[in-house]
Amino acid sequence: MDGHPATIDDTWEVAGRRFRSRLIVGTGRYKSLEETAASIEASGAEIVTVAVRRVNLSDPNAPMLQDFVPPSRYTYLPNTAGCHTASDAVRTLRLAREAGGWNLVKLEVLGPPPFLYPDMRATFEAAEALIKDGFQVMVYCADDPLAAKRLEEMGCVAIMPLGAPIGSGMGVVNPYMIGAIKREAKVPVLVDAGIGTASDAALAMELGCDAVLLNSAIAHARDPVRMARAMKAAVEAGRDAFLAGRMPRNYSADPSSPMAGLIR
Amino acid sequence: MDARIAITVNGEARDIAAGATVAALLAEIGLDTRKVAVERNEEIVPRSTYAAVALTPGDRLEIVHFIGGG
Repeated sequence: MDGHPATIDDTWEVAGRRFRSRLIVGTGRYKSLEETAASIEASGAEIVTVAVRRVNLSDPNAPMLQDFVPPSRYTYLPNTAGCHTASDAVRTLRLAREAGGWNLVKLEVLGPPPFLYPDMRATFEAAEALIKDGFQVMVYCADDPLAAKRLEEMGCVAIMPLGAPIGSGMGVVNPYMIGAIKREAKVPVLVDAGIGTASDAALAMELGCDAVLLNSAIAHARDPVRMARAMKAAVEAGRDAFLAGRMPRNYSADPSSPMAGLIR
Repeated sequence: MDARIAITVNGEARDIAAGATVAALLAEIGLDTRKVAVERNEEIVPRSTYAAVALTPGDRLEIVHFIGGG
């Protein structure tokens, strides 16, 4: 018995669904569907984000994501990537709901390059429209505690501030504000976007976040399957460290070995 | 000769037999109905109604599926 009971039962809940893994992974930017499937398996993720796009009419028999990442095994979290207005987001997710039959969705409305920063005005509009339409909205947003609180009050089921711009791999650039948003929130808080490597994911979890959402950090690693494994371990380590409660920071040294009993 | 009607599917002009249903269109393209969703003139077509919804001239259809995304 080497497992600690507190960590064995450490699950989290969003929109009434309970999950064990605190790592949500994207399914984009992989070299192949085979690599996508192997990486996601290695990550231990139970939820995967997916995009909704037109079927290629000239190649209807092309392999589909569902054949490699079965919705029977993973909870699909459809996103609104590419939508710039509330009506686009609602149309896209209505199609996703019909294709998949669920209403748990990831809302993201992005501004222009080079930052693709969350467009908060459009995000609020889309969140309102989606919630009215019966969706359970996990929302990508700026690391702005006021915006986060408003999204929660509107009825969003999870708040997902960015660690850094999408695909930047810059990590959690404002850990103070991510921690502040988490402390104020009554719904799950996830760091979404910006994670570059395992220590970034661990930091997000040490700040107390409920989970981490990432894609490029795995897909763009030299060895995606190994990085997926690293991310799984990092999220678990960060969560354990948060639950364990870190020692206080101290400006002066404090020896680990007793000073008594030294030979003379 | 059967009459044909003009419709738009995923932004492409297409013609199909008059009176054809959404189910017939999907079969003609060769798509597995369990893996796609269909919007007709910006309204969702529920999967259970594919065989009952007849296409009319000028219909604009979007046929989508899930792909990799972050």
